[in-house]
Amino acid sequence: MIKFVLMVNQQGQTRLSKYYDPVELSRRAALEAVVVRCCLSRSKHECSFVEYNDFKLVYRQYAALYVVVGITHSENELSIYELIQNFVEVLDKYFSRVVSSIMFNLDSVHIILDEMIQNGHIVETNKSRILAPLTAIDKMADG
Amino acid sequence: MSDVVEKTLTALPSLLSLDSQPGSAKLSSSSKLGNLIRGITELTSKHEEEKLIQRELLLIKEQVSSPNTTMRQMKELMVRAIYCEMLGYGVSFSYIHAIKLAQQGNVLEKRVGYLAVSLFLNEGHELLLLLVNTVLKDLQSTNLIEVCMALTVVSQMFPKDMIPAILPLVEEKLNHPKEIIRRKAVLALYKFYLIAPNQVQHIHNKFRKALCDKDPGVMSASLHIYLQLIQENPEGYKDLAPSFVTILKQVVAGKLPMDFNYHSVPAPWLQIHLLRILSLLGKSDQSTSEIMYEILDESLRRAEMNHNITYAILYECVKCVYTIHPKSDLLEKAAKCIGNFVLSPKINLKYLGLKALTYVVQQDPKLALQHQMTIIECLDHPDLIIKRETLELLFRITNEQNVTVIVEKMLDFLQINKDDHTTIDLVGKVAELAEKYAPDNEWFIETMNTVFSVGGDLLQPDIPNSFLKLLSEGFDSVEEDKKLRLFAVNSYVSLLEGGPSKLPQRFLQVICWVLGEFSHLREDLEPDVVLRMLAKLLDMKSSSSETKCWVLMAMTKLCSGGAALALVQDVSETYSSSLDTMLRQRAQELQILSQDSKLQAKVLPRSASMEPVEVDSSLSFLDGFVSEALAAGAAPYKPPHQRQEELSRSKALNMEPYGLSLPIGMSSCSVTDRQSPTLLSISSGLSGDSADFSHKGSSAALKLDGVKRLWGRDGYLAKKEAAEEAPQVEAASPVRSPSQRGDTDGSVSQTPTPECDQEKQQLASSLFVGLATQSSVCLMGKSEPTSQRFRRKPKASGGSEPMSNPLASPSDGADNVLPQNLLDSSDLDVSSPEQTHGLPQDPDTPNGSCTAEEESADPMAEPSAHEDLDRSRDSCLSSHLPAELSALSHSEITSLCSNQSLDVSACHVQREDSVVLVVFVSNRSDFCLQQMRLQVQSEELEVSCASDCPSEELKSHSVAVCQYLLTVQRPSVHFDLSATVSWQLPAGSPQTAPFSYKLPLTGFIRALRLSTEEYGAMWLAYSHDTKLNLTLMDDDQDPLAATLHVLKRKLQLHVVEIIGVEAIVACCLQQDQPCLMHCRVHAGMLAVWLRSPVPDLPDCLLYHCQRALQEP
Repeated sequence: MIKFVLMVNQQGQTRLSKYYDPVELSRRAALEAVVVRCCLSRSKHECSFVEYNDFKLVYRQYAALYVVVGITHSENELSIYELIQNFVEVLDKYFSRVVSSIMFNLDSVHIILDEMIQNGHIVETNKSRILAPLTAIDKMADG
Repeated sequence: MSDVVEKTLTALPSLLSLDSQPGSAKLSSSSKLGNLIRGITELTSKHEEEKLIQRELLLIKEQVSSPNTTMRQMKELMVRAIYCEMLGYGVSFSYIHAIKLAQQGNVLEKRVGYLAVSLFLNEGHELLLLLVNTVLKDLQSTNLIEVCMALTVVSQMFPKDMIPAILPLVEEKLNHPKEIIRRKAVLALYKFYLIAPNQVQHIHNKFRKALCDKDPGVMSASLHIYLQLIQENPEGYKDLAPSFVTILKQVVAGKLPMDFNYHSVPAPWLQIHLLRILSLLGKSDQSTSEIMYEILDESLRRAEMNHNITYAILYECVKCVYTIHPKSDLLEKAAKCIGNFVLSPKINLKYLGLKALTYVVQQDPKLALQHQMTIIECLDHPDLIIKRETLELLFRITNEQNVTVIVEKMLDFLQINKDDHTTIDLVGKVAELAEKYAPDNEWFIETMNTVFSVGGDLLQPDIPNSFLKLLSEGFDSVEEDKKLRLFAVNSYVSLLEGGPSKLPQRFLQVICWVLGEFSHLREDLEPDVVLRMLAKLLDMKSSSSETKCWVLMAMTKLCSGGAALALVQDVSETYSSSLDTMLRQRAQELQILSQDSKLQAKVLPRSASMEPVEVDSSLSFLDGFVSEALAAGAAPYKPPHQRQEELSRSKALNMEPYGLSLPIGMSSCSVTDRQSPTLLSISSGLSGDSADFSHKGSSAALKLDGVKRLWGRDGYLAKKEAAEEAPQVEAASPVRSPSQRGDTDGSVSQTPTPECDQEKQQLASSLFVGLATQSSVCLMGKSEPTSQRFRRKPKASGGSEPMSNPLASPSDGADNVLPQNLLDSSDLDVSSPEQTHGLPQDPDTPNGSCTAEEESADPMAEPSAHEDLDRSRDSCLSSHLPAELSALSHSEITSLCSNQSLDVSACHVQREDSVVLVVFVSNRSDFCLQQMRLQVQSEELEVSCASDCPSEELKSHSVAVCQYLLTVQRPSVHFDLSATVSWQLPAGSPQTAPFSYKLPLTGFIRALRLSTEEYGAMWLAYSHDTKLNLTLMDDDQDPLAATLHVLKRKLQLHVVEIIGVEAIVACCLQQDQPCLMHCRVHAGMLAVWLRSPVPDLPDCLLYHCQRALQEP
């Protein structure tokens, strides 16, 4: 099961966070700080999966942006690793310049994520289907 | 089914033909959010960030509440609020506006409104109720996008109680022509199933329809529900296995539309999902597994493509192959697959390979041998994560022969590890291995020393507790016990001499206890010397007051005979004025006991940590004090909840929130202080219970309990004979620490230098020794006591413990971390039932079933014969029941003792006024048994012979029936009867066989029919009482009635009257010993108060009430 999805920049600033298990607001910042430190401190030769307390972190780096997913031990790490790639490919398809667009379109990124993951489970991975509701909304807003 | 899927795959989604060009409504960096984000990014300090955000929040707050703000602006404000909250700044003022936005905005604004709600509110938030109407409206909208949004938010969060309001609408959507709506409706129903399974019970057939939907998206959405359902009840869905197999086949064959592909792999996450479902269905089910073999084989074959996602599928496939009923060629292929993983230069694959191997070795330890060299490489891998996973693998293959090397590796890792969580976990594992497989005392104590020093005060408290328990209870051999204890004493003395200031507090406490209890074993060690060492600990600044308590306790044990009297007096004087009450208490004890060696010997008899101490839980020794106080005009004691009731009555305003805390506090108080015989011993101090202990291993392990090791194919080891033949190198093997080892670059060095190779071979032989020769039973029997060096005495193993031997003992630190008051216990005389190790019993039968253990020393008794016997015994023997008893209900007839010549079985029969034990002795032999005699006795029961065996002779293959009338002398949770049967064969010497019988208190409990007035009068007259909060039964309508019903049915209690949230209940112990019960629902619990004229009866009955409510 997926516990949370985080997007952070190299300075450790959170760009997006979504929790699938309730975590108190006051505890989030501390948790994110530790998670980020865990991932940023690792070199490229090292494994992309890190143990953190009673769950695991799977992370992937895209230029200055890190996507970190917290999962339970029973989850398949490699499938989550590729899920991150799929997510980024979807973002890439929707926005032209991923990194800056993600920053300024927090709402759209969340809407895309909501289509892919719900209640900690992967519910859709088909790129065109993930984007369908959002593009439909965009069209209506335009028209 | 399969053709439905065929159809599915040809149908293409239609809603999705919408153009997916990048949206034009995107924000640019010049927006207000853009400015905010850029502002934040440029800041350097947290303080500046806080200032900026606070300013921003003021701005947002002002604008959201302004009536002139348009919905478009509101949407923009919400996104900014989301951003601020993401950074950790609460924006609760905007929650209500998010709901308003979802209600009133146009499409995009509405979506952002819903999004903000789902991010801001958690599932229990009360504002969520305000969303229900909006959702209801949107579900009925003609605009599909709005329906979509409403379904999305519903499948993320929805108030449980409001599900019925929208359920029909959601159900309706299952038939919607658009697949996206159907898919989202299925996901919404999945959410409902998660939060309120009862609400969707009636639509399970609709889930099946969704599974057969022509659209693959809808079908895969339904898999979430099925995975959940099958996890809960695999038996109920076996019929669907062929359908899941067919779906997987078609997915693997690439029959899905192209856009389901990810990097040319067809719907990989769907494949993984299906494989998980299949492994649940095929687990220990041969016929279901057989359906899957073909597709699993196919999936394994398709793995040629070199991409991460294919490996992810392969991993799931391998897990599935090793979970379901085994098939040898599949296992072989899966094993090869794992080999490719662990050998891969890609580090992520290597990790997954190790994880797979860890999973697999539990079933097939020999597989580890195949990869032993790789495992050793991984053990020295520079990446700590890989190392850690390797240790996890080694933990699973540990046995008596390789334990020293593996533990050493684990301890090495602990030295470099910095993560607390990992340390706690690993230290726990080391302690577990040490206790299970320790080769000798020396190694065990030294390893535990490292555990205590490395684990420090983070250590789980059960580790020191069980260690002390192990030392104090000892094992089968007295000689060994003494050696182990002596070794511990020696080791601790030298530790204390070497400077204890760096040792963690927990470790110091362990040392104190051991020295206090066992330092007399070392003859050359004067108590004075130990006392001085202990006194030094008191002077250390780092010692916590808890540790000081332990020190004083140990000194109290050692101070007999006036050893170091001056020192002791000095210490006790210093601490008797301490601000810490516990310390003061200990100091007082020390002072008094050091001056009175007679009393000291009585209170703390040497080597008596194992002796049970009887505790008077009714505190009757205080009766004199109480009556004196009463005579002197003191107010009679009122228990807390009575006080609270009176308080609330006397006040005009009922301050409910304040009231809440009292009964809760009381309940915890009554558990720990009164030590009622409950199973609620949750306080960490009491967790040294051996039942807990035996479960520790299984909880740490992957959840594979009960998985039989079904495959044991020979031939895996053909190449690795060297390992098998390797001499059993143990501690002496030249294992080098990682720092000594040359740095490896992380990739697998396929051709190591010969020298290095030899070294690794050596390590390999010491790590993997024992795996090849191990019989299958041995590995799976990891938790079996036979494979443990430190086998506890049968006495301590929970179930077979004689109930009259409670473990509680004040001087036993293992049972109670908080030292108990020694002075109090010196006066105790009356015993009370303190058993926490209740035997499981079936509360459904009013009699309670009886559990009997055979203590027969006759090794000839065959288990198989037993089973046959079990089946036929009941029907056969019940015909022998005396006529006057046969009409009454009797407990199951249990075999108590069985050997070549005779069988002894028994049951108890509940008569209106008494309980009769009926013993059946059947002669199995072909001879006539002579001088057959039975002797039955019990500590708590009076056993009188109702009708003895008719004669002393028992003819061949006949049955003798004896009856004993049982009368309770002293209430107890369970009553133990110990008995012996003696007989003589015509041509033999006299023989005897012991057996025991156990029956619960409930057998003696009868309903007591009273009026409310009678009840009131009796209530005031009784002095022995006990209180506890019990859990209420789960019943929406009337939890009180449901709970009382259970008690009535299982324990035969009589419900006198129910008044609102209160109820009064009565019963009696064999006709003349009443027990009254007052129940009150409070704060979701049932506060019960029992009173009786009989000491201990309330406590014992409460225990059974608790059991009755805990068991389904």
